Amino acid sequence: MTDASKKGPSRRGFLSGMAAGGAAMAAGAVRAQTQAPDPLITEVQPWASEFGDPVDAVPYGMPIRFESHVVRRNVEWLTESAESSINFTPIHALEGTITPQGCAFERHHSGAIELSKQDYRLMIDGLVETPLVFTYEDLTRFPRKSAVAFLECAANGGMEWGGAQLEGCQFTQGMIHNMEYVGVPLRTLLAEAGVKPEGSWIYAEGADASSNGRSMPLDKAMDDVLVAFFANGEALRKEHGYPVRLVVPGWEGNMWVKWLRRIGVYDQAVDSREETSKYTDLMPDGRARKWTWVMDAKSVITSPSPQAPIRHGAGPLVITGLAWSGNGRIAEVDVSLDGGVNWQKARIEGEAKPKALTRFYLDIDWDGSEMLLQSRAIDETGYVQPTKDALRAIRGLNNVYHNNGIQTWWVRADGEVENVEVA
Amino acid sequence: MSKWRDLALGAAVAAMALPAAADKLGLGRPALPEEITAWDVAVLPDGQGLPTGSGDVTTGDEVFAEKCAMCHGDFAEGIDNWPVLAGGQGTLTNRRPVKTIGSYWPHLSTVFDYVHRSMPFGAAQTVTPDETYAIVAFLLYSNGIVEDDFVLSNENFTEVTMPNAGGFYADDRPETEYPAFRSAPCMADCTAPVKITKRAVDLNVTPTDPDGKPAGTLPAIAVAAATENAGSPSGTVPSDEVQEIAKPADAGPDPAAIAAGEKVFKKCAACHKVGEGAKNSVGPVLNGIVGRTAGTVDGYKYSKAMAEAGAGGLVWTDETLDAYLEAPKASVPKTKMSFTGLKSPEDRADVIAYLESLGG
Repeated sequence: MTDASKKGPSRRGFLSGMAAGGAAMAAGAVRAQTQAPDPLITEVQPWASEFGDPVDAVPYGMPIRFESHVVRRNVEWLTESAESSINFTPIHALEGTITPQGCAFERHHSGAIELSKQDYRLMIDGLVETPLVFTYEDLTRFPRKSAVAFLECAANGGMEWGGAQLEGCQFTQGMIHNMEYVGVPLRTLLAEAGVKPEGSWIYAEGADASSNGRSMPLDKAMDDVLVAFFANGEALRKEHGYPVRLVVPGWEGNMWVKWLRRIGVYDQAVDSREETSKYTDLMPDGRARKWTWVMDAKSVITSPSPQAPIRHGAGPLVITGLAWSGNGRIAEVDVSLDGGVNWQKARIEGEAKPKALTRFYLDIDWDGSEMLLQSRAIDETGYVQPTKDALRAIRGLNNVYHNNGIQTWWVRADGEVENVEVA
Repeated sequence: MSKWRDLALGAAVAAMALPAAADKLGLGRPALPEEITAWDVAVLPDGQGLPTGSGDVTTGDEVFAEKCAMCHGDFAEGIDNWPVLAGGQGTLTNRRPVKTIGSYWPHLSTVFDYVHRSMPFGAAQTVTPDETYAIVAFLLYSNGIVEDDFVLSNENFTEVTMPNAGGFYADDRPETEYPAFRSAPCMADCTAPVKITKRAVDLNVTPTDPDGKPAGTLPAIAVAAATENAGSPSGTVPSDEVQEIAKPADAGPDPAAIAAGEKVFKKCAACHKVGEGAKNSVGPVLNGIVGRTAGTVDGYKYSKAMAEAGAGGLVWTDETLDAYLEAPKASVPKTKMSFTGLKSPEDRADVIAYLESLGG
């Protein structure tokens, strides 16, 4: 602390003194006693006397500048080109369950394209009675449905297969977001075209250069898949597929085709590049699982975590995180403070929605000693999130996708947090 | 509400009732055959969707060298981290498996489909069906699957069997994993005490903030001054005080040309990076390229031809860049830039204006 006097009567000096006092407190200690009245309270501050911004200062607002660190970030060495790359949601800095579109992670295979509603067309063809073309306006005339759903990239946590690698849940588990979508059920559009009896698969393509086509069984397409045009109350952002994307609840993010342009109905899977060469799981015997669509139950403690260290010292501590399952609702989340030896039930906040992020808390009185924090999700099917080693025992080390293993954070006595593995 | 209004409302609701799920609304219009042909280009494992055409290995070698080798290498070996397309057979159980078309891809249809619709990267849908057959024939040859006199066509396409055709099986997690992971969870004394076995800090591959902490680490509330742009190293200047850098009196290039050039540059951007923090990639960084001697970007490994052209006095001016961008291989024979060139003089002028605007 070098500069305690520039702004007001030693505000920073006062606050840092508070922090030091806090760190020295023992667990459950008495409230901190202040030496002097807080000038933030005793003195009239400019914002309490002068005008703030008028309305319309910012017609569409961005977060206040003090939150400028809460942004998507990428790891440059992961990919050769930023047009076919990925970044990560700052889940360590977010709360609740809904991810704002502006910081929800992006994955493009050929860049985020600019496609207007006027230029938008959706074709349904293949094994249908009448191949159809819809404009954007056509889509808005079908009855709408909404759904809150998580989108997790199949590669979320993929860098951690071989061992702890990246510092921070933004980088280790941040290929995820959770939004409230509004759109038209895909089954409604398929019914409009009339699926022929021999149609058993659909293939969805985007309008971008990669097209990122993916096949899925007709059963899923007729179940809960949405052709969405709104997210979190507003139009989809460009990077999330404006004006129309597919929402495929519970299934890997790559299938949520953005800038959706064609749905083909087939009697077989297309087995496109993204469902053979990529997004398949190479097993120890040299064969590979394909069609591994469902994202199994998973959780992560978002705070404390490497990018969200404990700065307030011992005493009351909120441990919080996210849990989700592609197979339904989260039934329970357990938290361990000792690397998985003992567990306690966390408190689930709000309603646990199926195939959506669920927020959990464990409020503890931290004694200031080291912790090995873990969380473990259990979904309504009784599936218990496994350890990374349990997954490796089945899938070996050459896998990249679908890593839903338990994450360990080492909380040191000074409150700093590291990504580690334990045994 | 009166009885009369209740009745009227009821009738209205009945008249406008939502359609049952199976009812059609009559929205949209029939897709025309030409439209389906244009958009439905999917090729399936059984050959459905293949266009009529053919191509041989030798032609494929030439087309590949021109359109693909810049990233994938002359022998499909992959440059830098761009995908390796050949080799790797027998490595799928190794600790570092090499997943290529020959070692991993189960269907030839996938190769055709992907090349035809999505390649080259940044210029998708520019290879004709015949060129695609030729590229696919060359890739089969590169992987030792066919001889050099092989001709691939829609007629013999499905006769080719990929080496890893039997290497995939449908998701079996419900049978092989779920039963093991559905035991009642242990709550106490589940294992012996554990020790740390791996630390991510030992690898040191996480992006960091200027203070060395993991990028995006939350600033300490107790010490961050409210007037600072928290978390930003340059945050000592409030953002509303940042001045627009005044434009030089010399008007310089036309802003419209620069804007147009930025769009044209998308064709180049897969290989050439520009702007703050840009690094050499498949091609060299192009900041400050106008006015610089050819072959002199620090740290970039040039072709012998380009290095010699620079040593021989080639400087990138509007004129020399124009000639090079029009026909790279005619301008600097044996340059490793395999881009075919910008045919439109306006596009070249615009992209040069854009490059000029980037400065050093």
